[in-house]
Amino acid sequence: MATTYRTCPRTGLQFDLDADKLMRWNAVAGVLWLLVGGITALLVILTRWPAIKLLPADQFYLILTAHGIDMLILWILFFEMAVLYFASSTLLRCRIATPKVAWLGFWLMVVGGIMTNVAIFQGSSSVMFTSYVPMQAAPHFYLGIILVAVGALLGTGVFFGTLVVAKKDKTYTGSLPLVTFGAMTAAIIAVFTIASGAAILIPTFAWSMGWIKEIDAQLYRMVWWALGHSSQQVNVAAHVSIWYLVAAVAFGAKPLSEKVSRFAFLLYILFLQLASAHHLLSDPGMSAEWKVLNTSYFMYFAVLASMIHGFTVPGAIEAAQRKKGFNNGLFEWLRKAPWGNPVFSGMFISLVGFGFIGGISGVVLGTEQINMLMHNTFYVPGHFHATVVVGTTLAFMSITYLLVPTLFKREMIFPKLCQIQPYLYGLSMIVLSLVMMGAGTLGVSRRHWDMAFSGAPFQYEWPGAAYLMMGLTGIFGVIAVVGGALWILLVVGSLLFGKKLDGGATHDKPVPIPDQSAAAAASHTGSEEHVKVPGTVVLAITLLTCFVLYYFVNWKYLSEVWGLS
Amino acid sequence: MSAILPPSERLWWKTPISSQEWAWIGIAFVWAMIMFVMMVYWHINGKQNLSNEVYKTTTEMFTAKTEAFVKENTIRTETEQNIPVVKPNANGEAFLLARLWAWYPILELEAGKTYKIHLSAVDYNHGFSLQPTNINIQVIPGYEHVVKMTPTKAGTYAIVCNEYCGIGHHTMLGRIYVK
Ligand code: HEM
Ligand SMILES: [Cu+2]
Ligand SMILES: [Cu+2]
Repeated sequence: MATTYRTCPRTGLQFDLDADKLMRWNAVAGVLWLLVGGITALLVILTRWPAIKLLPADQFYLILTAHGIDMLILWILFFEMAVLYFASSTLLRCRIATPKVAWLGFWLMVVGGIMTNVAIFQGSSSVMFTSYVPMQAAPHFYLGIILVAVGALLGTGVFFGTLVVAKKDKTYTGSLPLVTFGAMTAAIIAVFTIASGAAILIPTFAWSMGWIKEIDAQLYRMVWWALGHSSQQVNVAAHVSIWYLVAAVAFGAKPLSEKVSRFAFLLYILFLQLASAHHLLSDPGMSAEWKVLNTSYFMYFAVLASMIHGFTVPGAIEAAQRKKGFNNGLFEWLRKAPWGNPVFSGMFISLVGFGFIGGISGVVLGTEQINMLMHNTFYVPGHFHATVVVGTTLAFMSITYLLVPTLFKREMIFPKLCQIQPYLYGLSMIVLSLVMMGAGTLGVSRRHWDMAFSGAPFQYEWPGAAYLMMGLTGIFGVIAVVGGALWILLVVGSLLFGKKLDGGATHDKPVPIPDQSAAAAASHTGSEEHVKVPGTVVLAITLLTCFVLYYFVNWKYLSEVWGLS
Repeated sequence: MSAILPPSERLWWKTPISSQEWAWIGIAFVWAMIMFVMMVYWHINGKQNLSNEVYKTTTEMFTAKTEAFVKENTIRTETEQNIPVVKPNANGEAFLLARLWAWYPILELEAGKTYKIHLSAVDYNHGFSLQPTNINIQVIPGYEHVVKMTPTKAGTYAIVCNEYCGIGHHTMLGRIYVK
């Protein structure tokens, strides 16, 4: 197949031009959805801010449905397609398999995304992105999501095809790079996710057309969360891969141990998708044994995997920095890190925010009995804004600062603003998550238009602290929207007006990755010398301490509520 | 030499793992096991566990049962809508029905007594969120969930619906009195 390659003169990355274009289009489509999602975020936050309460109830639920779909599904999935093509074709320096299929997938996703949004904005599909039956949306709401899923499935197929191409064309020797391995993990889980999605959304579509009479409401929730939760595992695998990627690019960091990091990714495949049970902990239809088994045996192995990555990513950075001579004390390596480089600062805030806030709150929320304290409260969106926004979205944002010059061949405009953007967005989002969790701990509901319950037959007055938390949610939410808007402006501005950069010479044949093992064998003798990473150990122990304290504090809270048996 | 290149050790799986990584994996593993044991322990010794008693039901069946319960045990009505206030027998059974957009009926319980509360929804999913004590249970149409509850303190409690159930969701407020 005829294609051309170019080698970026700044990074040395080699792009197949077919893949190059696919990545650019997918990334741009993702950014456009983020823009729509960001506008809806502003409307949502201004409505939940009790002092403002911008939208009427019907519009609020409509906009919130759009926010969930456009952010969680469309922004993330389009960007992930770009990540998959990058991790396969670019990192393995080979041509992309069947670019035509990849384009078909792209257009299916575009059509599907627009279709679902049309359904939402027509007003008859304000069912939230979870669309629990028997509440019914218009048929094209479901059909659109199905098309998006099929498109994404084609994209993962192209990813696997590209791995085969690289192997066949021998563009690399030995094993896959760790980042590609991580992306492969994401792709494998994505296949499972999409299969579950088909299993639930196709019948639901048929039901909305009147072809099926009824779908069991509990069964729906179970199968839907096999889609809804595993898609989050795709995100985690994708953003952890990006953490490793940034550590490699910004520091030349090498994984502390290939074996440990790959094993941790493998655990995601083996166990994470089953953690969908933790969305059903306060449901009637499953037994306690089923809940405990699924949240412990299965989920904790996945948590173990995340804890491992949470150690090995900063550990790899510390080791690389120490080798460069930043050896003083526990944290010189961290102090001397390139904090002014948004690729690094964004990635590091993503790592810390995901671990400390998203990770800890997620495990606590996922404990069978403790779940009853928080199920469906504002705590839940608080938790997942720390995972899917601080973790995934911020990681995607930070890698974009690298992609604009190398993939889009443009210099970023306003470098000073680029420097502050990850702090503005990441830190405000961390505070937003915390105050949302605070409000949830006091009982405030998620997806709820009016905490004053206007029109209800009774009164219930939330504690003053709950209003305070919701007010802070409003303030930090608006700051976060500003941070997100700044990113979109910087990226789109750079694509349109940034200084054009040299794309590098083109050539017809891929240049394979030189075989490393020969050089490596010469430089050391098999058993790798281990660099000590005491700073990372301290960070990890701090995380664990917070984790343990917070975990038991919640058991204490639980012991104080009404007896339940 | 980095995560974006193939491992420089061809036989990377033979490279030994450093002691610091082993230590962390060990600690994380032990912590995961402690969290597992906590859940089991709470089932044995804890006083807050969600009941496993569940029956399949239908809108008609559950409505009929609730009506019978209300008829038999109503002690007064409240509000302009004349919502019945129902006092189940101490340590007895009670029914709580979720529908668009009300919790029906109002219950009056006694602190320290244990009640078997039958929870179900007759249209959409709803969320039982008891405030200010903050207990949250999903209520799903077609499933009758029998939850044993022991109120601890006297007071007036609100049941907020915390599963989105349409345009009147925010008006769906119920009440439980504990004497
Ligand atoms: C500046 C940025 C953002 C702000 C201020 C914001 C704010 C919020 C708030 C306040 C809610 C809860 C609404 C409620 O339950 O009543 C919410 C829900 C949600 N957000 Fe965001 N968000 C932002 C960005 C994002 C991003 C980037 C994503 C995904 C990648 C995301 C995904 C979601 C999802 C999936 C929901 C749940 C919707 C539902 O309950 O159906 N948000 N957001
Ligand atoms: Cu309701
Ligand atoms: Cu509701």
